[in-house]
Amino acid sequence: MKAGALIHLPWVAALTLMAAPAAAATIEVTIDKLVFSPATVEAKVGDTIEWVNMDVFAHTATVKGGWEVMIPPKKSASLTLKAAGAVDYFCRFHPNMKGHVNVAP
Amino acid sequence: MFTRYTAALAALLFVSAAPFAQAADKPTDPQIAHIAYTAGVLDIEAAKQAIKTSKNTEVVAFAKDMERDHEAVNKQALDLVKKLKVKPEDNATSQALTKAAEEEHAKLAKLKGAAFDKAYIENEVAYHKQVNGALETLLIPSASNAELKSLLETGLKIFQGHEQHAEHVAGMLK
Repeated sequence: MKAGALIHLPWVAALTLMAAPAAAATIEVTIDKLVFSPATVEAKVGDTIEWVNMDVFAHTATVKGGWEVMIPPKKSASLTLKAAGAVDYFCRFHPNMKGHVNVAP
Repeated sequence: MFTRYTAALAALLFVSAAPFAQAADKPTDPQIAHIAYTAGVLDIEAAKQAIKTSKNTEVVAFAKDMERDHEAVNKQALDLVKKLKVKPEDNATSQALTKAAEEEHAKLAKLKGAAFDKAYIENEVAYHKQVNGALETLLIPSASNAELKSLLETGLKIFQGHEQHAEHVAGMLK
C-alpha cells in the first residue's frame, strides 16, 4: 500500500506541473483606428494580453496607478497578468481610447 | 467664398481669428485636404517651439506626442492625395489658420517658463477643439471621396485624443 502511493506521487506532481502552463492563454487585442477590440477582455492570472497595433500611431495601454504597456506603430506588445481584479485601461496619448480587463484568480 | 462665414463664426466665438467657415459653401476635396494638412503642419510647428522652449517634462513629452502623431497623419494624407491624384488647393480657411498660428507663435515667443507652458497648453486645448469642431461640422460632412472622409474620421479620433491629453496636461500645470 505504502509503496504504491509513493509510486503514484511523481505522476501526480507531473500532472500538476503540466496543467499550470497549459491553462495560461494569450489573448489578442487589436488596435485599429484608435479602437481596442475587443474592448473588454476576460482573462485569468497568468494569461498574457497581446496588443496588435494596426495604426501608424504609437499607443499605450495604461492603468491609472498600475501597469503600462507601450505599443509602437504597426507593432505588438504584450503583458502577462499577475494580479486578479477588474481594471480599466486607456491610451495615455489618446485618452479617448478605452479598454477593460477582468482578471479571474 | 469663406470670408463672410469666417467673420460670422469669429463674432460667434469671440475669437480674433476663427478661421473655419460654416456649412452652406462647402469646401471641395482639394481644399479639405489642404486645410487638414495645414492644420497638422501648424501644430507640428507649435510643438517644435514648445520642445525648444519648455523645461517642463510633461509639456515637452506632450509636444513630442503632437509632433509624432501629426507627422504620421500628414504622411497618410500625402500618400492619399498622391494616390487619388488630388492636388491640395490653398484657400481662405488655410490662410486664416496660418495667420492665427503665426500670431500665436509670436505671442508664445515672448513667454518663458511656467507662463509659456500654460499658454502653449491652453492654446493646444483651444486649437484642437477648434479643429475638431470644424472636422465634425464642416470638413467630414463636406468630403466627397470615401477614403478622404475615412482619413478625416481617423484624424478626428486622434485629435479628440489630443484635446483630452492637452486638458490633462493643463490640469497638471495648475
